[in-house]
Amino acid sequence: MSLNEEVELLRAIPLFAKIEPAKLKLLAFTSERLTYEADQVLFNQGDMGDAAYIVMDGEAAVLINAPQGRIEVARFKRGDIVGEMAILCDVPRTATVQAVGNLTTLRVSKDLFFHLVTEFPQMAIEIMRELAHRVERMNIQLREAVIKARN
Amino acid sequence: METNLYRFIFKYSLKEQLFLLLVTGASFPFLYYSYDLPKMIVNQAINGKNFPKDLFGMPFDQIPYLFLLCGLFLILVCVNGGFKFYINISQGRLGERMLRRLRYELYARILRFPLPQFKKVSQGELIPMITAECEPIGGFIGEAINGSVFQFGQLVTVIVFLFVQDWKLGLAATALYPFQGWIIPRLQKKVNQLNKERVRTVRKLSERIGESVSGATEIHAHNAARHKLSEFSDRLATIFDIRFDIYNRKFFVKFLNNFISQLTPFFFFMIGGYLVINGEMSSGALIGALIAYKDMSAPWKELLTYYQQKEDVRIKYEQVVEQFVPAGAMAQDIQLAEPEIIPPLNGDLVASNVGLTEDGKVAILDGVSFSFPLDEHVAIVGPAGGGKDALGMMIARLIAPTAGQLSLAGQDSSQLPEAVTGRRLAYVGPAAYAFSATLGENILLGLMHRPTKPANYEDAADRRWRKRRAESDITGNSTDDIAADWIDYAAAAVKDRAELTARLIQALHQVDLEEDVYQLGLRGTINPERRPEVANRILEARTALRDRLAEPAYKALIEHFDEAAFNQNGTVAENLLFGTPIGDVFDIERLADNAYVRAILDKIGLTEDLIGVGREIARTMVELFADLPPGHAFFAQYNFIGSDDLPEFQAVLKRAERAGIAGLMPEDRQRLLSLPFKLSLARHRLGLIDARMQVRLLEARRAFAENMPTELRRHVALFERSGYNAASTIQDNILFGKLAYGQAQAAQRVGDLIAETLRQVGLRDAVVEAGLDFQVGVAGARLSAPQRQKIGIARCLLRRPDVLIVNEATALLDSAAQVHILDNLRQEQADRGLVWVLHRASQARDFKRILVVKGGRVVQQGTFDIVNSEGSTFAELLAKE
Repeated sequence: MSLNEEVELLRAIPLFAKIEPAKLKLLAFTSERLTYEADQVLFNQGDMGDAAYIVMDGEAAVLINAPQGRIEVARFKRGDIVGEMAILCDVPRTATVQAVGNLTTLRVSKDLFFHLVTEFPQMAIEIMRELAHRVERMNIQLREAVIKARN
Repeated sequence: METNLYRFIFKYSLKEQLFLLLVTGASFPFLYYSYDLPKMIVNQAINGKNFPKDLFGMPFDQIPYLFLLCGLFLILVCVNGGFKFYINISQGRLGERMLRRLRYELYARILRFPLPQFKKVSQGELIPMITAECEPIGGFIGEAINGSVFQFGQLVTVIVFLFVQDWKLGLAATALYPFQGWIIPRLQKKVNQLNKERVRTVRKLSERIGESVSGATEIHAHNAARHKLSEFSDRLATIFDIRFDIYNRKFFVKFLNNFISQLTPFFFFMIGGYLVINGEMSSGALIGALIAYKDMSAPWKELLTYYQQKEDVRIKYEQVVEQFVPAGAMAQDIQLAEPEIIPPLNGDLVASNVGLTEDGKVAILDGVSFSFPLDEHVAIVGPAGGGKDALGMMIARLIAPTAGQLSLAGQDSSQLPEAVTGRRLAYVGPAAYAFSATLGENILLGLMHRPTKPANYEDAADRRWRKRRAESDITGNSTDDIAADWIDYAAAAVKDRAELTARLIQALHQVDLEEDVYQLGLRGTINPERRPEVANRILEARTALRDRLAEPAYKALIEHFDEAAFNQNGTVAENLLFGTPIGDVFDIERLADNAYVRAILDKIGLTEDLIGVGREIARTMVELFADLPPGHAFFAQYNFIGSDDLPEFQAVLKRAERAGIAGLMPEDRQRLLSLPFKLSLARHRLGLIDARMQVRLLEARRAFAENMPTELRRHVALFERSGYNAASTIQDNILFGKLAYGQAQAAQRVGDLIAETLRQVGLRDAVVEAGLDFQVGVAGARLSAPQRQKIGIARCLLRRPDVLIVNEATALLDSAAQVHILDNLRQEQADRGLVWVLHRASQARDFKRILVVKGGRVVQQGTFDIVNSEGSTFAELLAKE
């Protein structure tokens, strides 16, 4: 995959839709494209975060350590951004992320991530929107879990 | 050590000085005649009458007579020159020898300083004393006696000559000497005092510089540069003032001397002229006297300079030496005595009323008494600053008690030679030092007490070594051969080098350092000519690894080097050279201006295309990076072009826009051409080098190898599928390819595979051995602090000490390593002694005896259960953890 093809792929992702192609090229060029085979781990819960990942192709599972073992709580698909929380708030990884089948990601280092967010407010808003969606989803899950526990 | 310069000179060089004096004395008659002869030539040969003259019974006419005298004069000139030459060389050699002796003595004294002395003197002070400050002393010693006598003798010769000619002239020439002899020492005295002060101030200055180097981090972290600069400037100002004062006085002395010696000719012309005119003296005698006077002013001046220099050097010597005679220095015998046999230490370690005070005031240990068998495992615990580390050092005989006695196996430990304490005991402290040598040499230091096997020398080398040893002997230096084998194999209980290496690797395991050294080894190189069997087995490992990497799970991780294929993960430079550059002739940064590379590219017709690629790269980089602030981390990380060069490339691009690539100036073309060499197709994904260009680059690769002139061959080690590449690391030799870009955890997975393969072919130890050749840098700076500690511990282990004293040496390590090493050392010393000053009381649990040291006293001792009683100091320590 050449740089230009990657740029085309990135443009199709809502997060980057409003960013000019030259900047996407910088993003693609300075990020590392990584391919994973099934069950390979992107990062483990509890690690310190140094990068976020953009799923370019394939699927990744989000796993949380629980007393009864690892539970899958979500899946990421093409165009999703993974692992931005740990680098935004400097906290350890809150979950383990693992490749489901063959997976291709773009690894965006912490520096680059902050550079992009500060330079393109549009991107910051998109990330806020994404995070808000996640909180909403979790609220629903929490509500269901609480109801289930009461019953 | 002699505190007086002249006593030092007489003690070590009296014979040589006397011999020189004799030679100098022998030279004076010739000197005298060389003054007398000109007069004879003028008066008897040129102005003479009554020829022919009889000489040695032969008649001489005027011209032959002149020639004869001139011939004699020529001979005298040669003889005088010869004397001077011989004397100068002998003096120089004598000076060098004495300088060597002095420096050696001073350095030997540093090695015998009591350790607390190093808290008071800094290296910044010691180094210039032995290097710069000694230098003029050596130069002076050579001519200390002879030089003065020579100058003095010369002067006397001239004066005698003058008086013989005419006593009035002699009187005129020397009339002012008594005055000079009276005034100059008076003036010099003040200069001496200033010189002393200058030496002290300069020493402080070097101390400050040393401090700033060591404390550079703090200076940056606290924005203290301005304060430091001001402090330095203040010291320089003081030195300036002192020096200026010295110059004022020194040159006043010079001025006075010059003035007086200029005055003398005044008397000369007046009195001499008067005598000649009145016919009381011949004009030849006046000319002779004038020449003699000219020769007289030189030695007189030199005599005065000599006097000034002597005072200067005397002060330097005294000031240097007084720094090297601290109280409590170790006797030379104790440090260097070599007992016939050094029996193992059996018996008890007994401390009776041991005390230690610093500077006679602060008590660090006070009335400490205990006794335990030397083969027992003892833990010393206590609060920080309570004296436990001083006790540890004292047991290792690194510091001497100031009161009481410590006895080792029935002998007063302070009287034992270092040959006993430094071989039967071993000590490692909280900050083990690594010397600037290889990692292996640093560990072996523990075994290098004395030469055990002489080096083998062939003819010329043997003569050179004998000569050097004789010279060392003359100057009281060490006559041990540094090139000999110094390793005490018996102490490590091994027979030879091979067994020693095995033991070394075992020690690395014991101190948890083996993995680190293995990693260093992978990144190190070996010389295949010296280790052909290892090189061959690495090649076997290459084949084995290649098979493993062919498995589906690993297939994508490595792209092997292949003569016939373009390596997508290598740079264009690697693809072109298809080898590892040696030195910087084919360095990637300089390939674009390498004439041979350019010739090859021209021949294949690639130059224009690659410059075109360079232009595209420059365009992309300008597009991507132009908006970034200069110095942004991306430039270093990703860019082909540094932020400083970016505007330059923008300009080049503009020029290329106007004139096309072909129309560019050579340096612009070269700039553009330098870019593609760094391009890696897989990593940079710029898509600039298509399959057809790749084929032509392969063609260039072949041409590069085939046409290479012989003198370039040593600058690149070409890749060969079945050959060992001496310039590449062991890891690269095993891999023989590039890690594929973009494969998750590729480096780690391949690393694991390499480790597995090496283990299978039994090569891991050979790699570790290569790691032992790693240069650790100044003070071990290329290692981490825990690595240095582990080296320090391994150094002790290797020689199986009767008692191993560990003084908080593992405090720096992570807790897993701490536990591991504690267990290993306890096991290793199972039937020998171990004294461990612990920084955590809980680790004392398994020790047979525990000493609790607090406030400089042993407050508790016994087993863990005994000392861990309710409300005890030990229980308190334990509770705090």
